[in-house]
Amino acid sequence: MSTAAQPETVPALRLAHISKIFGGVKALNDVSFELGRGEVHCLAGENGCGKSTLIKIITGVYTPEPGAEMDYFGQRLTSVTPNQARALGIAVIWQDLALFSEMTVAENIAFDTLAGGRPRLVNYQKIHTMARAALARLGVTLDLDARLNTLPISQRQIVAIARALVSEARIIFMDEPTASLTQAETDRLLDVVRTLSAAGVAVVFVSHRLAEVLEIASRVTVLRDGKLVGVYDTEGMTQSRLTELMTGKTFDKVVSAQDRSADPPVLEVSHLSRAGDYHDINLVIRAGEVVGLTGLIGAGRTELGHTLFGMTRPDSGTIKLNGQPLALRSNRDAIAAGIGYVSEDRLALGLIQPQSIADNMVMAVLARISGSDGLISTRMKTDTVNHGISSLAIKLGQPADAVSTLSGGNQQRVVLAKWLATQPRLLILDSPTVGVDVGARDGIYKIVRRLAGQGLAILMISDEVSEVYFNTDRILRMAGGRIVAEIDPRRISLEQLEEAVYA
Amino acid sequence: MSALYTRLDRALGAEVIGLIGFLLLVLVGFSLATPQFFTVANFDSMAFQLPELGILTLAMLMPIISGGFNLAIVYIANLAGLTLAWTLIQFGGTEAGAGAFLLGSVLAIGVGALAGAMMGLVIAYIGAHPILVSLSMMIFLRGLGEFLTRGGDISGFPPFLSSIGHGYILGIPVPLIIFLAVALLWHVLLTRTRHGFSVYMAGSNIRAAEYSGIHTRRNLTLIYTLSGALCAVAGIVMLTRFNSVRVGHGEALLLVTVLACFLGGVDPMGGFGRVVPVVLALIILQVLSSGLNLLGANQHLSTAVWGLFLVGVMILRWVAARFPMRL
Repeated sequence: MSTAAQPETVPALRLAHISKIFGGVKALNDVSFELGRGEVHCLAGENGCGKSTLIKIITGVYTPEPGAEMDYFGQRLTSVTPNQARALGIAVIWQDLALFSEMTVAENIAFDTLAGGRPRLVNYQKIHTMARAALARLGVTLDLDARLNTLPISQRQIVAIARALVSEARIIFMDEPTASLTQAETDRLLDVVRTLSAAGVAVVFVSHRLAEVLEIASRVTVLRDGKLVGVYDTEGMTQSRLTELMTGKTFDKVVSAQDRSADPPVLEVSHLSRAGDYHDINLVIRAGEVVGLTGLIGAGRTELGHTLFGMTRPDSGTIKLNGQPLALRSNRDAIAAGIGYVSEDRLALGLIQPQSIADNMVMAVLARISGSDGLISTRMKTDTVNHGISSLAIKLGQPADAVSTLSGGNQQRVVLAKWLATQPRLLILDSPTVGVDVGARDGIYKIVRRLAGQGLAILMISDEVSEVYFNTDRILRMAGGRIVAEIDPRRISLEQLEEAVYA
Repeated sequence: MSALYTRLDRALGAEVIGLIGFLLLVLVGFSLATPQFFTVANFDSMAFQLPELGILTLAMLMPIISGGFNLAIVYIANLAGLTLAWTLIQFGGTEAGAGAFLLGSVLAIGVGALAGAMMGLVIAYIGAHPILVSLSMMIFLRGLGEFLTRGGDISGFPPFLSSIGHGYILGIPVPLIIFLAVALLWHVLLTRTRHGFSVYMAGSNIRAAEYSGIHTRRNLTLIYTLSGALCAVAGIVMLTRFNSVRVGHGEALLLVTVLACFLGGVDPMGGFGRVVPVVLALIILQVLSSGLNLLGANQHLSTAVWGLFLVGVMILRWVAARFPMRL
């Protein structure tokens, strides 16, 4: 397959009239897409808008409906197979990375040259040379003999990119690459992306995090409900405008903070310390108050949340709930005392994905839905589930469906319903909108506000500064395990706050 | 037809309907193949054979749903049988009364529960893998049992035990009544109690269950304790049926219990599995075995047919998942 002797002005990819129908539903409807050589491009849209379908058509996983025009580096193809797409230099790094966690960095990077073909002996020298060269192109050094599962996610991502480079990728699609990265790691990844771009490798970014999209990409293609909304220059584009384009709705973002200092305190933490995690934490959350806890990952936010939820024990200091001192021996004690905890890891810790929506909702209130005979009452269970579904407006098929069938936003509502069933007085929300569509986030924020309005004390932990800025009454900034500042969102601009956190 | 299917599906689940269909098929098949099959005598003998395997299978079920395994079931049953035998002999062997039998049974169940609890504690609090833990327990109990019995049979029990092992109440074999009672109890335990609920949740994702306030360690300990107690019940039934105890008796049943669980739709990865389809699967296995036996087939051949049958069921399940029935 020769792609030689093409002028550099020919775009890397040019697609037009791309449609795809699944069982009568148009997943893509006459979409076009263009990608320049070495361009950093963003593909934006909510879940189900057709982004993944488009990527799968480009990479030959799906065949588009007839009438599609697809030019790869100026070469018109009527159809591609996954192997052809790979040979053309197209690589996709999905969110799960598809790496081998038991193998070393070098083996992972050189994997595609190792796999397939006739059996032959592995030349470790060659593998090391290839891996080192690929990492050098990215301007990164990693221990080539480290097992992948010993590396943080951010470094695994670098390995995935290096692996794509070894197979001479000229276009790399990255699916939500920054979803689990800290700000510093994200910055480093963006640097790598710039290096790739300068070397002529085009990168297509799929991300929910609009701030970094606008920072890194030169153009953004927006899809909504399988249709092309438009292609826009990121120059002069704002996050709120992009959100509008993606969702077709407008969201008025205003600071919603109120002074709650007259309300009775629900949670009082004083001089709480735990070696290696956090130090001398003092904080108060009042009834009806939403307090934001922000700072970089590793600042001790989640660790503090775990202690408040009884999962870890502090070395010293006191925690009081409604004036009563708490000595939590487990999270069961915390739940009994009226504390709920929405984990940042909804997939692994927040919900039991294969089990039913109904079972997930009642998991924390088994004693409450049991009758006097000690057996779980079907009626009480159904009542609890129905109440959760209606009060949080969860969109679902059947309560007996697996919770994994729901969208991110609805899954998060199930988590909230689970904790609300325990009738908590304090709710800890750890990164409550991770993996939730931009349009669905607003719904979560509204719920949080409504719960606070009912007198709940809420601690919102997040590394998305704009999230705490617009949706809390007070912001505590953590760094190095300490609370270093208390901020009133009404007295500071979002930019100032971002600078304070990320500086 | 379609509405009826939907109603049945909602009440029983597709799994159960499929198994009932298959059961009817083998019943009709064997009835046509041999006149001896559809007889009172044959059904009577099946009803006496099923319970041992059945109770042991239920003892395997809960550990598998929890994502684990209990390889020690047969030897726990043997050791519980020894406990009962020892008690009976202390009270005069063939002269022992019903009180000695009751006391021995309670002690046997206690020994079974204790063996299970030991495994459960190690699995729950040390985090060791259930296969390794139960394998160690199995080897320990086998060695212990062979040491105590010098590898021989223990017999010489009071004659009234045969009214349990071979008797009837209202025309129903007593072992079958015990099995059905245990199955009902286990069904209620799994579907209606907090413990049962927690078994499924922790079996799917133990960390997420812990985060939701489920006491997963206590839950695991209880699972293996109950499993051990149930093995003891199987051991008691075995003693009354054979009027003797030998360590290693029923050894071949271990893998068949696993087969029956998976045939009954229990998820090998944990989190899913129900009593009713497992009981149906047991009945199918029994019918296959008895039917083939009546046809003059060798006992070993019927074991081979069981194996083939499980592979066939897996293929059928794959087909059913790929091409859903539209009724």
